[in-house]
Amino acid sequence: MSRRLRTCLFLAAAVVLAAFYAAACTGLPHFAGLVHPYGTRAVAAAFRQRTANVISSINFDQRAFDTLGEESILFAAVLGAIVLLRRARDEREAAPAPGRVMPSTRLFGTVMLPITLLTGFYIVAHGQLSPGGGFQGGVILATGLHLAYIAADYRALERIRPLASLDVADALAAGAFAALGFVGIAKGAAYLQNVLPLGTFGQLSSGGLVPVINAAVGVEVGSGIVVLIAHFIDQAVEIESPSTQDGQRPDDASGADGGNR
Amino acid sequence: MSVFPYLVAGWILLIGLYGMVRSRDAIHTIGCLAVAQSSTYVLLLAVGYRRGGTSPYFSDTPKSTTVVDPVVQALALTDVVVGATVTALLLALAIQLRKRHGTIDPDSLTGLKG
Repeated sequence: MSRRLRTCLFLAAAVVLAAFYAAACTGLPHFAGLVHPYGTRAVAAAFRQRTANVISSINFDQRAFDTLGEESILFAAVLGAIVLLRRARDEREAAPAPGRVMPSTRLFGTVMLPITLLTGFYIVAHGQLSPGGGFQGGVILATGLHLAYIAADYRALERIRPLASLDVADALAAGAFAALGFVGIAKGAAYLQNVLPLGTFGQLSSGGLVPVINAAVGVEVGSGIVVLIAHFIDQAVEIESPSTQDGQRPDDASGADGGNR
Repeated sequence: MSVFPYLVAGWILLIGLYGMVRSRDAIHTIGCLAVAQSSTYVLLLAVGYRRGGTSPYFSDTPKSTTVVDPVVQALALTDVVVGATVTALLLALAIQLRKRHGTIDPDSLTGLKG
């Protein structure tokens, strides 16, 4: 199919889609309406479960089983990316040469690395109280670690990044989420039902199962993203494929890596 | 103009799809997919907005505060996570594409190769 024909086909389809979508929008509840039956019930349920962050209560308590599926998607995607980015038989590893880093960048990285990691832990630990949780905090932890790569070089990053144990931590944390569901069954309730002591509303130890699952998800997301980024960086700086050995670098490798950093 | 935010979501979806159809570069295609997917965030958050509502956290506000619908916000979180992982997987595929076929132009990938 030629580009021109494909564009024409798309435009025709887009006009139909736009017309039906616009017609459907007029049937939706009015924007900024005051009646949100599901939202009201979810807030009431979060108060019953003594979880101040309603979104965490929904994700890790009210629909924890859905989040188990979401977390499995993340795990499977990390696994898939690792398999896709493994070193092929005709590729070899090269030691990356350290680059020059500006002193101000080095200072910034050295100061910000511990602060960013602390923020990540805070966001994971306060998931049941304030905006944040396992997913958000895990991403902060994973990206904060890569300040070492920006401020120093690849070898400094490799020293503070125990890749083998992070691989194991990723799998263990993903399994821990599934295993935590059996706490409910052991107590005679449903799978992933929040049966732990609920604590006091607004306290760090409130929400029952929510902070525990948050911690598991935080470890899984944090280690999963670190492993993922590690394989992308390896493609850019360490692994040399036969085509790159002729002196020409594939321009997409740096682009793909830059988008993920 | 009570449907305007919904129409914005539809426009973002269509412009992302248009970019994917016109794309000559796999990385660009993946970027356009991310744009098309982000329309769902706009739609979800527009559906959940309540006039005068604040964010659905009660750690330092009284329990009677008007908040926006937290259910769609939780869905948007799921959406973001799945979108990020799909993007990572597709970028890994694009790297393999460049290595094995020497091109990332979707139009020049015509024949099957063992």
